[in-house]
Amino acid sequence: MTDRENPMLSRVADSLYWMSRYLERAEHTARLIDVDLQLRLDQSPEAGTGRWIGLLAALQVPTPEDGALDAETLTYLLTLDRANPSSIISCVAAARENLRQVREQCSSDMWEQLNRLFLHVKSTASSDAGLPDSYQFFRAVQDGAHLFQGVTDSTMSHGEGWHYIQLGRFVERTDAVARLIGSHFSRFPHALDQAVESEEYLEWVGLLKSCAAFQAYCKAHTAELRPLRVAEFLLLNPGFPHSVRFSVDMVHAALTAIGDLTERKAEQPVRIAGRLRATLSFSQIDEIMASGAMAFVDSIRWQCTQAHAAIHQVYFDYSIESALVA
Amino acid sequence: MTLPESALALSRPPFRNYQFDSAYDEMFEAPGVPRPHYKPLFQTLLDLPPEELRKSQQAADLSFLHQGITFTVYGNSEGTERVFPNDLLPRIIPHAEWRKIESGLTQRIAALNLFLEDIYHAGKILADGVVPRELVYSCRHFRREMRGLQVPRGIYVSICGTDLVRLPGGSFAVLEDNLRVPSGVSYMLANRKVLKKVFPTLFRDYGVCPVDHYAQALLATLRALAPQNSSGRHEPTVVLLTPGVFNSAYFEHTFLAQQMGIELVEGRDLLVHDNVVYMRTTAGLRRVDVIYRRVDDDYLDPLCFQRDSSLGVPGLFNAYRAGNVGLANAIGTGIADDKAVYAYVPQIIRYYLGEDPVLENVPTYLLSDRSQRDYVLERLDQLVVKAVGESGGYGMLIGPHSTAEQRDDFRRRIQADPRNYIAQPTLSLSRAPCFLEGEAQARHVDLRPYILYGENMTLVPGGLTRVALRRGSLVVNSSQGGGSKDTWVLRA
Repeated sequence: MTDRENPMLSRVADSLYWMSRYLERAEHTARLIDVDLQLRLDQSPEAGTGRWIGLLAALQVPTPEDGALDAETLTYLLTLDRANPSSIISCVAAARENLRQVREQCSSDMWEQLNRLFLHVKSTASSDAGLPDSYQFFRAVQDGAHLFQGVTDSTMSHGEGWHYIQLGRFVERTDAVARLIGSHFSRFPHALDQAVESEEYLEWVGLLKSCAAFQAYCKAHTAELRPLRVAEFLLLNPGFPHSVRFSVDMVHAALTAIGDLTERKAEQPVRIAGRLRATLSFSQIDEIMASGAMAFVDSIRWQCTQAHAAIHQVYFDYSIESALVA
Repeated sequence: MTLPESALALSRPPFRNYQFDSAYDEMFEAPGVPRPHYKPLFQTLLDLPPEELRKSQQAADLSFLHQGITFTVYGNSEGTERVFPNDLLPRIIPHAEWRKIESGLTQRIAALNLFLEDIYHAGKILADGVVPRELVYSCRHFRREMRGLQVPRGIYVSICGTDLVRLPGGSFAVLEDNLRVPSGVSYMLANRKVLKKVFPTLFRDYGVCPVDHYAQALLATLRALAPQNSSGRHEPTVVLLTPGVFNSAYFEHTFLAQQMGIELVEGRDLLVHDNVVYMRTTAGLRRVDVIYRRVDDDYLDPLCFQRDSSLGVPGLFNAYRAGNVGLANAIGTGIADDKAVYAYVPQIIRYYLGEDPVLENVPTYLLSDRSQRDYVLERLDQLVVKAVGESGGYGMLIGPHSTAEQRDDFRRRIQADPRNYIAQPTLSLSRAPCFLEGEAQARHVDLRPYILYGENMTLVPGGLTRVALRRGSLVVNSSQGGGSKDTWVLRA
C-alpha cells in the first residue's frame, strides 16, 4: 500500500504512455511520407514502386491485397484512412482519445494543442478535395506534434506523468528508427566505407531526412555520405535526439525517474533499459556492421518489446495479490 | 447619454426583432423599458456594433471547441461530441431575489435530507400519513438496502442542482429537485470565464458575486464525508468516480477533478478488499476515503445492484455499509426527487421544519389518483406529462406541442402504469434576451443553482441558466437542443 503524496492511477499512466506513442508514430509517419514524396520528384516512376514497398515495410503497414501501388491510394492509406490503424489520422485520433481520458492530468494548453491538431487532421479528411496540399499537411502534423511537445515540456510538471510521456515517445522512437535503419540497409547493401554517389545518394539523404538528421549529419561528417558513418550517426550518436542511442538513454532516464518516484527501483524495466543502454554505449560501429545491421537492429527492437512488456506488468497491470502483500 | 425613448430603442438593432408575449421578460418590464438592474447591459448592447458581439461569439464558440467543452448525445454514433452552446448575454439577478432563492433552497434541501433520513430509518412521516407509504415503497429509486444504514453526518444529499423557473407573475418556483447526480456546474464556471473576457468593464461595474470558489467548496463538502476512522491516518483521499469517456458529462468530470486536484477514477481503477476501497496506482494500492460518484445507483456495485454493470466496483456497497468509505450523494436519494414525491415537498417542509415553504411548487397532478387522472387525460393537449423517475428531458410529453399520435401513446402508457407519471400545467417560462443570428432574441430560460451540504450548507451565488435555443421551445435540456448563459448575481 502506498501513502505517497500524489500517487498516479495505473490507467492514467497507461493512457499518457500510449498517447505519447501514438503521437510520435503520427509524426514519424508524416515525416517519412513528406520526405518520400519529395524524393520521388527526382526519380523515375519505375523506382517509385520499390520506394512504396520500402515505405510500407518501414511503417509496418501490410501491402494492400489488391496490390494497388499507385501514389494516391497509398498516400490515402497512410494518412487519412481510418480503417488503417497506423494511418496519421488514426494515430492522432488515438492520441487524442487517450489524452481525453486523462484530461485532468495534463495542462489545458496541452489538451487544446492536441485537440487542435486533431480537428485539423479531421477537417482535412472530411473535405472532398482529399489532400489539397500534401506538403502543408505533413508539415502541419509535424509542427503540431512539435508544438505539443514544447507545450508539454513548458506547462506540465516534470513529475511522474511527464516521465510516462517521455517514455512513450522514446520507446516508440527507438523502435521506429531502428526499424527504418534495418529496412534501409537491407535494401541498399552498399560498400560500407565508400561514399555513395548519384542515384543512390538520394536514397541515403532520404534515410537521414526521415530521421530529421540530414543537417546534423552534415555538420558532423560533411555532406559526403558513407553508410558506415550514417549507421554510426543514427545508431550511436549520443547527442542527436532521433538516434537510437539518444532515445534509449531517454527511456532509461524516464524509467529511473519513475522507479525513484514509485519507490520500485530494482524492477525489471529499469534493468532491461540499463542493459540496452550499455549495449549502445559500448558497441563499436564496425563490430555491429560486421555481424550485420539487421541482426543488431532486431536485437534492439526485441529488447524494446521486452521493456514495454515489463513496464506494463510492473506499473499498469500488476496482480492485486502482489500489491496487497507489499 | 440618456436612454432613448422606448419605441426608438426597439426600432434599433440589436432589438429590432425582439418579441414580447405573456411570459415574464427578464430584461424588460414593458416593451422597450428595461428593468433597473438590466439598464447598463441594455445600454451597452445599444452602443455596441452587432459585428463586435458576433466576433466575440465566434471567438467564444471556437474556444469552447478547442478546449473540448463538449457533451455527448446518446443514441447517435457519429459526431457524438457536441459543443454545449453558450450565449453571450448574461442573465442578471438582483441581490434581494437571490437572497430569497438562497433561503428557499436551504430550507428545501434541509427538509429533503431529514425526509431521506426518516424514510430509511423510523419512517415517522409515513406513519403520520403525511406522505403515503405506497408512494415511497413503489418508487423505483427507493433502496431497501439503505434501511437502517447510518450515513456520514446524516447527510444524504451533499450536492444538489435544483431547477427553478420564473412564472409569469415574476416569482420563482421549483420545477425539479435533482438529488442524484446533477450536472452542468462546469458550464457555469466556463460561461463565467468567457463573459469576463467579453464584457470586462460591464462585469466590474455591475459588481457580480464570484463563483470561482465552487471547486474548493465542493472539495470541503466531500472531505466532510470522510469516515471517522480515517481522520487520524492522513488527509482523506477523495476521488471522483466517472462512468468513463462516453458519458455525456465526461468533460465536467475531468474538469471538476482537475479543479479540485483529486483523482478521476473509473470503476476499473478501484477495488474492494476486506471492505476497504483501494485505487490502483503505479506505486501500488492506495486507500480511498470519499467517492464523489457520478455513476447512478444502479451501476455502482454489480454485487448489490445491476449485475451486468461494468461501470461500478464490486463490493463497494459493503464497504459503504461498513462505514469505510463516504459516498456523495448517498445511495437511494432518487426517492426524494421522484416527480410524484415532489408534489409532497411543501408538506415535507412543514412536517420537519414547521415552516412554510419559501419557494413554491409547480401544481402537480398525481396520476395514480383516479380523479386527477381523469382530469389530466381529458386535457393532454394542454398539460405537460412526465415520467416520475426520468431526468434530462427524456420521457416527457408537452401537450400543446404534441401530435395526436404522441398523446395516444402517452394515454396508453399512463393507463398501463399511472404511478409512473405526473402532469403539470404547461408553464410559460420566463424569457431572456439571447444573442442569436446577429441580434437579440427572446428565449425561454430556467435557472439551476447548485447547493452543497457538508459541514454547512453553501450556495455559490449564481448557477446555470439554461436556454431553450429553438424559437418558442420550452425545453432547456442540453440533450434536447438547449444551451446556457452566464448568471450574474449582483452584490447587495
